[in-house]
Amino acid sequence: MALRQFGAAAAVSAALALATPAHAAIEIQWWHAMTGANNDVVNKLAEEFNASQSDYKVIPSYKGGYPDTMNAGIAAFRAGNAPHIIQVFEVGTATMMGATGAIKPVHQLMKEAGEPFDPKAYLPTITGYYSTSKGEMLSFPFNSSSMVMWINKDELKKAGINEIPKTWPEVFAAAKKLKAAGHDSCGFSNAWASWAHIEQFSAWHNVPIGTKANGLDGFDTELKFNSPLHVKHLQNLVDLQKDKTYDYGGRTNTNEARFSSGECAIFLTSSGYYGTAKATSKFDFTSAPMPYYPDVQGAPQNSIIGGASLWVMGGKKPEEYKGVAKFFTFLSDTNRQAKLHQESGYLPITKAAYEKSIKDGFYEKNPTLQTPLKELTNKEPTENSRGLRFGNMVQMRDVWSEEIEAALAGKKGAKEALDSAVQRGNAMLRAFEKTAK
Amino acid sequence: MEKSTVFNNRLLPYLLLLPQLVITVVFFYWPASQAIWQSFLREDAFGLVSEFVGLENYQALFAQPEYYRSMLTTVIFSTLVAALSLSIALLFATQADKNLKAAPAYKTLMIWPYAVAPAVAGVLWFFMFQPSLGMLSRPLRGMGLDWNPLLNENHAMILVVMAAVWKQISYNFLFFLAGLQAIPRSVLEAGAIDGARPLRRFWTITFPLLSPTTFFLLVVNIVYVFFDTFGIIDAVTGGGPAGATTTMVYKVYADGRLGGDLGGSAAQSVILMIIVIALTAIQFRYVERKVQY
Repeated sequence: MALRQFGAAAAVSAALALATPAHAAIEIQWWHAMTGANNDVVNKLAEEFNASQSDYKVIPSYKGGYPDTMNAGIAAFRAGNAPHIIQVFEVGTATMMGATGAIKPVHQLMKEAGEPFDPKAYLPTITGYYSTSKGEMLSFPFNSSSMVMWINKDELKKAGINEIPKTWPEVFAAAKKLKAAGHDSCGFSNAWASWAHIEQFSAWHNVPIGTKANGLDGFDTELKFNSPLHVKHLQNLVDLQKDKTYDYGGRTNTNEARFSSGECAIFLTSSGYYGTAKATSKFDFTSAPMPYYPDVQGAPQNSIIGGASLWVMGGKKPEEYKGVAKFFTFLSDTNRQAKLHQESGYLPITKAAYEKSIKDGFYEKNPTLQTPLKELTNKEPTENSRGLRFGNMVQMRDVWSEEIEAALAGKKGAKEALDSAVQRGNAMLRAFEKTAK
Repeated sequence: MEKSTVFNNRLLPYLLLLPQLVITVVFFYWPASQAIWQSFLREDAFGLVSEFVGLENYQALFAQPEYYRSMLTTVIFSTLVAALSLSIALLFATQADKNLKAAPAYKTLMIWPYAVAPAVAGVLWFFMFQPSLGMLSRPLRGMGLDWNPLLNENHAMILVVMAAVWKQISYNFLFFLAGLQAIPRSVLEAGAIDGARPLRRFWTITFPLLSPTTFFLLVVNIVYVFFDTFGIIDAVTGGGPAGATTTMVYKVYADGRLGGDLGGSAAQSVILMIIVIALTAIQFRYVERKVQY
């Protein structure tokens, strides 16, 4: 009892403390999943916006990792106190989209609030991921990235590798040389197992992950990533895992430190790793496009994005939505976007910000940050490379990774593992389809 | 010694019971009944669409080979954790029960890990045994052991078992120590005079007299491994590799929270609840007979 009273008192005093200096400004809750340097970026953006006007006050709160933040938002919605804005990672897109009524589509929000909004001002490879097939933007892209290959230039040189490998066979050869030069425990590795070897791999080789343009054109999609090409690739990894020429790096990015510690000299992970790599690596490093199989016609195609977007929750007051819309306009400002991109390493979301960065000569000094942009815009996106939208994707990724792990551990053959990943994934898609009518 | 109290007011005993009853209803019966109801529904994550589907969630569950596998994993995991945490705690408790100089410090240190949240304990163990950077995995690798809980199922299982045991030893230690201290010295001394050696005294006097504590701890530990360990598993292995450390309770968490499949997750909780109720009932029916109060 005493505790509850204390809690109530604390809540009241906290509310007072927050409300007093804001001059009855309308509060906009923003839940996010950003840590470290990116957390500072979020707080700084909110501060700048709050200082730029006095009608609205954006209040950012950190809610844990991506899945935690999304779950916190869902739980809050069920309890009737959802935030206004919630940052959801790209694989949560289908779940959010399926929740008609729980969310407020961004294009509708901007129109109703009367904010100037031109969907064409945004980079299509990014917004395509968060838009309907008619091109209506549903969520507002915030931090976008893609997968790149990080290279420890010093170690490559030591191992006598003069050119950064471009294709998978070249990567395998380089990894063998690295191993011979003393990298016993890791020739090359990667973070985000399924993102690397299923999702990006498929888009980069222009082969489908699933039917219906990887689910973008409807929830009645079926998975297709057990093709001979996929099997061949996984088999290669399985063979190389045996002597650690390739060493599995886990489902998430917890093992990125194996790159910065110098253990793995070739490492595939998000381009958003830039900030951390810069802060923690004591060697000369760069990023290169993802490798491809040269015998696949048309490869490399283009990569797909990762990262997160901002979703607006439904059932809020019009004046609150106006504040959210103003905040999005604020975020889209060219100078702000360019600065955000150049400092954080995340991709610029507007064309103007990208062009400004080119004009500023930013990429001549920082070619590392242009790699993901080059990948994304390498070719005109196809059905297989526009993006992906699968229900239950958060958990499905775990299921896919489980099967990859089973193959790498020698418990299953490569084909058997991928067949099983497809089959289990399809069952999850059908379950999702039933709830997302 | 038997005490009996006679209440004059007929309402008073119920009134005194009320707080406990309210807590049980609010925190057990109500959520449990909700879980049972939810297990017959199919809902989307946001709770926008809800449809009564009867036993469909259960059928889907029993059609999954992964579910049977998680049952087997649970059996292995809970046996190992309960057996190890009980026996190690008993060993420590018997040692701490001796006349030691720094006994208070030793006891405090032993109880310490209990205050650590499961997820924090998980992260701790994860970092110590992280294959390439961990403080303890480097020496292991140095000795030529290819320590790799990311891919090796046994290594992953060893890791979660260690973390879960480490967390539970404190609790068991505390109860064992209290149990040991309640054993009358005179009985042990009588045994000693009769010529029984320490080990024999332990097995013939101490251990039987400790049996109420052991039985209580066995029940509590089973409940602990069944319900309270998902935080550790989530932080250490995330149920991997390839589902090797996905216990039943972790699957409840993964399907419900990560997968947003509340119906299927509720069905699993119901099954889990039935299993634990059955286990506890069996323990009371059969094991308790051997307990000497």
